[in-house]
Amino acid sequence: MKTDSTLQFQDRLNRRIFLKHTSTAIGAAALGSLLSEEAQGAAVTRKFPNYAPRAKRIIYLFQSGAPSQMDLFDPKPQMEKHRAEDLPASIRMGQRLTTMTSGQKAFPVAPSIFKFAKHGQSGIQLSELMPNIAGVADELCVIRSMFTEAINHDPAITFCQTGSQLAGRPSIGAWLSYGLGSLNRDLPAYVVMTSFGTGRRDDQPLYDRLWGSGFLPTQHQGVRFRNAGDPVLYLSNPAGVDRPMRRQMLDELAALNQRDFEAFGDPETQTRIAQYEMAFRMQTSVPDLVDTSKEPQHVLDMYGPEVKTPGTYAANCLLARRLVERDVRCIQLFHMGWDHHGGLPNAIRGQCRDTDQPTAALIKDLKQRGLLDDTLIVWGGEFGRTIYSQGTLTATNYGRDHHPRCYSIFMAGGGVKKGTTWGETDDYSYNITRDPVHVHDLNATIMHLLGINHERLNYKYQGLDMRLTGIAGNVVKGVVG
Amino acid sequence: MTACSIRLMILPLALAATVQVHAAGKLQYNRDVRPILTDKCFNCHGADANKRKGDLRLDLRESALKPAKSGDCAIMPGKPEKSQLVARIELPHDDDDVMPPEKSGKPLTSEEKATLRQWISEGAEYQGHWAFIPPVRAAVPQISDFKFQISNWAASRNPIDAFIAAKLAKENLQPSPQADAATLIRRVSLDLTGLPPTAEEVEAFVKEASDSFDKSDRAYEKVVDRLLKSPHYGERMAMQWLDFARYADSHGFQTDSSRAMWPWRDWVIKAFNDNKRFDQFTIEQIGGDLLPNAKRDQIVATGFNRNHRLNGEGGIIAEEWRVENNIDRVETMSYTWLGLTLNCCRCHDHKYDPFTQKDFYSLFAFFNNVPESGTIQGASNRSGGNSEPVIEVPDQDDEKELAVIKKKIDQAKAKVTEIELQLPNLVASWEADMESPEAAKREMWDPLAVVTVTSEGKASPKKLPDGSWIIGGRNPDFDTYTATAPLREGVFTGLLLETFTDPSLPAQSLGRAFNGNYVLTGIEAEISAPSLRKPEKITFARAEADYSQKGYDVKLLLDKDPKNGWAIDGNDPKKKTDRKAMFIAEKAVKVPAGATLTVKLTHQSKFTGHNIGRFRLSSTDDEPALVSLEGHGGPPAAVLAIMKTPTENRTPKQREELEKFFRSSVDGPLRDADYALAAAKAELDKFNRLIPTVMVMKEGPVRDAFVLNRGEYDKPAEKVTMITPAVLPPMPKGAPQNRLGLAKWLVDPANPLVARVWVNRAWERFFGFGLSKSTENLGTQSEYPVHPELLDWLATEFVRTDWDMKAMQKLMVMSAAYRQSSKVTPALLEKDPDNRLLARGPRFRLTGEMIRDQALAISGLLVPTIGGPSVKPYMPDRVWDDTSKYGDLRGYKADTGEGLYRRSFYTIWKRTAAPPTMLLFDAPTREVCTVKRSRTNTPLQALSLLNEVTFVEAARAFAEQMITHGGNTPEQRIAYGYKRATATAIDPAAQKTLVAGVAKRIAQFKAKPDEATALLAQGSSKADPRLNPAELAAYTTTASVLLNLDRVVTRD
Repeated sequence: MKTDSTLQFQDRLNRRIFLKHTSTAIGAAALGSLLSEEAQGAAVTRKFPNYAPRAKRIIYLFQSGAPSQMDLFDPKPQMEKHRAEDLPASIRMGQRLTTMTSGQKAFPVAPSIFKFAKHGQSGIQLSELMPNIAGVADELCVIRSMFTEAINHDPAITFCQTGSQLAGRPSIGAWLSYGLGSLNRDLPAYVVMTSFGTGRRDDQPLYDRLWGSGFLPTQHQGVRFRNAGDPVLYLSNPAGVDRPMRRQMLDELAALNQRDFEAFGDPETQTRIAQYEMAFRMQTSVPDLVDTSKEPQHVLDMYGPEVKTPGTYAANCLLARRLVERDVRCIQLFHMGWDHHGGLPNAIRGQCRDTDQPTAALIKDLKQRGLLDDTLIVWGGEFGRTIYSQGTLTATNYGRDHHPRCYSIFMAGGGVKKGTTWGETDDYSYNITRDPVHVHDLNATIMHLLGINHERLNYKYQGLDMRLTGIAGNVVKGVVG
Repeated sequence: MTACSIRLMILPLALAATVQVHAAGKLQYNRDVRPILTDKCFNCHGADANKRKGDLRLDLRESALKPAKSGDCAIMPGKPEKSQLVARIELPHDDDDVMPPEKSGKPLTSEEKATLRQWISEGAEYQGHWAFIPPVRAAVPQISDFKFQISNWAASRNPIDAFIAAKLAKENLQPSPQADAATLIRRVSLDLTGLPPTAEEVEAFVKEASDSFDKSDRAYEKVVDRLLKSPHYGERMAMQWLDFARYADSHGFQTDSSRAMWPWRDWVIKAFNDNKRFDQFTIEQIGGDLLPNAKRDQIVATGFNRNHRLNGEGGIIAEEWRVENNIDRVETMSYTWLGLTLNCCRCHDHKYDPFTQKDFYSLFAFFNNVPESGTIQGASNRSGGNSEPVIEVPDQDDEKELAVIKKKIDQAKAKVTEIELQLPNLVASWEADMESPEAAKREMWDPLAVVTVTSEGKASPKKLPDGSWIIGGRNPDFDTYTATAPLREGVFTGLLLETFTDPSLPAQSLGRAFNGNYVLTGIEAEISAPSLRKPEKITFARAEADYSQKGYDVKLLLDKDPKNGWAIDGNDPKKKTDRKAMFIAEKAVKVPAGATLTVKLTHQSKFTGHNIGRFRLSSTDDEPALVSLEGHGGPPAAVLAIMKTPTENRTPKQREELEKFFRSSVDGPLRDADYALAAAKAELDKFNRLIPTVMVMKEGPVRDAFVLNRGEYDKPAEKVTMITPAVLPPMPKGAPQNRLGLAKWLVDPANPLVARVWVNRAWERFFGFGLSKSTENLGTQSEYPVHPELLDWLATEFVRTDWDMKAMQKLMVMSAAYRQSSKVTPALLEKDPDNRLLARGPRFRLTGEMIRDQALAISGLLVPTIGGPSVKPYMPDRVWDDTSKYGDLRGYKADTGEGLYRRSFYTIWKRTAAPPTMLLFDAPTREVCTVKRSRTNTPLQALSLLNEVTFVEAARAFAEQMITHGGNTPEQRIAYGYKRATATAIDPAAQKTLVAGVAKRIAQFKAKPDEATALLAQGSSKADPRLNPAELAAYTTTASVLLNLDRVVTRD
């Protein structure tokens, strides 16, 4: 048996063996990766984690559209001296631009109009746009030296999520679901939530592939909680069918399926019986999860006024905490609206109003519940933005084009070196001058913190051992606490 | 977990391995050794020179045997004890020198070590990779074993069974008996058409099959033949082909706006139904446009290579995406036809297979000459549409109308030809009628006798003696001049605007702006007359000027933007000269008697005060196509000179030139005939614009192709040309060096891969797994086939039968192996969990499309129409809008009527938000080529089948069938329903369970009639009002149980 295909084989086998074991106890557990490893028994010979994980779960707060690093995390006060000067060729170094600005006659330097200050004991510098996040500065590790390879949104966000600019690869959550399995027997292993706040209505869209399973079995795809109708697709019984009646129906279904299993012997039949039972449990576990009516007022207040509006970033942050409490392995929020080619100051104020308070609240809330230590939080977008203004630069207004060569993100929680700022960029926040962190490095680090050696988590596909980090990626030791 | 279950878990692993290992007999390199080396050694000791460690190469025997500098040999045939390879692999795992190194994470198992040792002691013989060697047609084995004297195995003359039986005998297994007739007809119907058999079809077959074996065999063959002729066969086959071709109704990427590729999809269905031979099927899709006298449908076929995504994101670099799309074509062809992962060679030589990066870009060159930009082009990013090149795809009605127009064109052409014969005579008589050549001269532009000019901005226009108007006085920021003039009866076809320099204007230039420039932002004209009820507005279709400032082209006057327009660099002293522009009407406008022409010139530019200083207006009634700015209606000087030359002295070239002038400029029968022909052609153009199109391939000017370093569009290296990979046979003799030749190369019988790839995938469809399980890749990393001789036999048979797809599929489904019962024993499950040896029939879950289609078919809701534009069945709220605010595919609104009930693969496919239920059931997003779907079993699938409106409505319609056609008692109705859903008879215990359930729920719904009403209201079709609501609601829940049965979503 080839070692690398053992996992796939084992997946299938685990299911079967488990079923043999539980055939008399229908409903005792569910299967696939949607379900609990613990329920299947500790003896399952998964290869992961490879070593003691620093975090059991991850909340990835994806800021879609590419937030401007020099307006949020990477202060460049010295730029004021160069206001409206053309970006020096020595800085640009002939690097390619998008065709949105490559035709511009000039590249006027646009210093951020937002003030930065040091926060907390660690003195991490943050912009005035994030007063609440500043309040938890000592929990953060800000990375100012992120870089990527893509210059347009679609390939860039696909790159962050799947390690490839091209469609067809599994997303990071699918990898984690595949590698680590689930900790909860009533909820999916990988949950995705999306939100749209004050941004332009036609800002960057999202794509199914961002949480897709690529070539991994599809049970590892992210389950997106929807902002309209059932939070999980088709969760509710049709009108006229109540829960006791559904139970009756499922009992009949199970009885007939069990009879067929006894006659034909296909283990898939038993898997199916168990999946219907898990579906039945999800019909209560999910509504229970999304019902925040019993949250105390002071907790709701932490997350801000929008927490009561389903589908907002604030509401999603609260749900993220509730998912963490239920040991869901991988939670991803996507907040749209960060693509500020023009009118940046106003637009970024709106985005920060949407996200600053809820993000800080999530960190505080997890901390006060003792969950921050084993939950990894990542906040970031798909690339950075240019120091020069796209379009006209005025004293109070400017826009910024895409910039893949440096950008900033932050991490917090399990295993992260708190109160740290990592990496440096040049005066123009254009090129990295110290400790560059590639997207593959970030993903390798995330996996490391979750106990996975990213070089070991692979899947045989088309004859190759595929991994999230391609053939690259180094754990950034400096951000690990 | 208990010790017992751990043992169970380990046991099958070991047993599964026994299927592969051949304890007795000499080891075979391809079967036994190569998989180990490929997986554990070749990464550092393989084909990739850049990655090679220690200068040791193990994939070639010659290199592996060569002594190293140290004098050691990695492999010494027959002497494992002297082979360094053996020494190094047998070191303890923590030894620094152990191979593979511990950090590779790929240790060898003890069996693998033993195999390598044995192979070396047996002489270390190598073989080429099995799939790169031409298939060898082995003799069909003889079945003599008594075990196979059961049922149809003995009688089977099907070579497939002989190969399968031979292996079973070797493994000491026996086959299963034939599945019962009902199960069998359901199995083969779903496999060949994707739809379940009707009740009548089941009944007829069960009856015939219960007779003698021979008769049942013939009855089965009859069923197979019928299914292969069904129009739904083509749909079933096309389903998978659409995954290969990454077919969708949207462009993908950020905006993901709409496109129309369904005519190509319909071509695929038809090709399968017509049983187009696979070689022709291939040739037309890859190079149909290059076939001599290519027919329209052969060009439509090339849409295969245009199904890739198209990006229109703002700021993209077009060439980057053109290259990306072209790479996608090479990769898709490689997966689809060759079963190779050539995509690896985009950035570097292949790590495992003998293909180079240069091979990849040489294939790239074949697809590189399409006249395309690489982004959404000829269509809008947001509003969607097809990008060039495209071809019109008329339907039957369109064809009829097209025929009429074409006939008109032919007639007009005939007329032209007829009159053309008279041309010399016509010219002669025209010349004869003329007093002198000068008489032919005629000014095209008629100065208008402008009576008034008014200025909206209160400037002061004044008429000058030459008929021009000078504007003086106040110069407002934005002015509009309105000029009126009488117009002669006849026709109006165009307007000439002349502007002049004047000493009274700033800088003595043309405009009133301080710098002497002007920007005209609009021109409007209308004709009024006593006989017209309202003025006739003139639409200008063409604008030309003798000069336009950069960025201020006169054509901008024709667009809708009121702010942009025509300027003439009037501020540039070197360009201070009279300028003129003409505006030609879309069509000639009739001018009645006593008409007045009103012309409005507007100046709304952001440059204020840029108003025209002095101008004159003229009109023309000449044929729009002939009107020129110069305005000499008469012969140009050269022609005049010819006319002055005596006839007999004119050269043929002069005669030709004169005739050309006459023909285009002199009123007469020939000009009329030319006009008629032009009009007919214009009609054709217009009609063509209304006909659906499909994106297709086209060969444009040759673009240079290069190896791209790291696969990046802007890092070209060595130049390459269209050449197929060197390790595969060359292009067949006489094949052209282009895409068509490439297609012929693919299906050349010498190609060792294509036939194997196809039969292996056909096998997968019917038996659950390919003969080589890795149907997506037959390269060196592929699985060695479980029945290598059978795979080769089938591949050669496929070629021998002229790539007849239906015949090959018939051969497979007629085999006794296919017809076995899928019942499995625990022992067999342990021995062969994946059923690779086929000691039982194949059993697996249906695809998402088939599950939905089956529910619609069983419930009688299915609308079986074939082809046409994609449809919109029910979808969850905001299915397109939750994640996207872009593009024209937003605000999903389900169809009403038939669109709700068509087969699933007609459902509109938006790649970034694909139909969610299909994704739950393992459909790919169709962003890239996918040749294999996974087959999962999840709770979300259960929720969909229980609760999605499609399935709830289908359950209700199915319940109506049960009540109406099943009989009068619950027992009868449930038996009827069970049979419809599974094709088989219900057993009494199951019947009892379901009868009890429905009775309980009838009572419950009677107690809560509102609940019954609510359940019955699901979906847009109406419940049968004659039926008792409580009863129907209860049966609906039972029908839902039936539709959710494992054996219903599975094909036994």
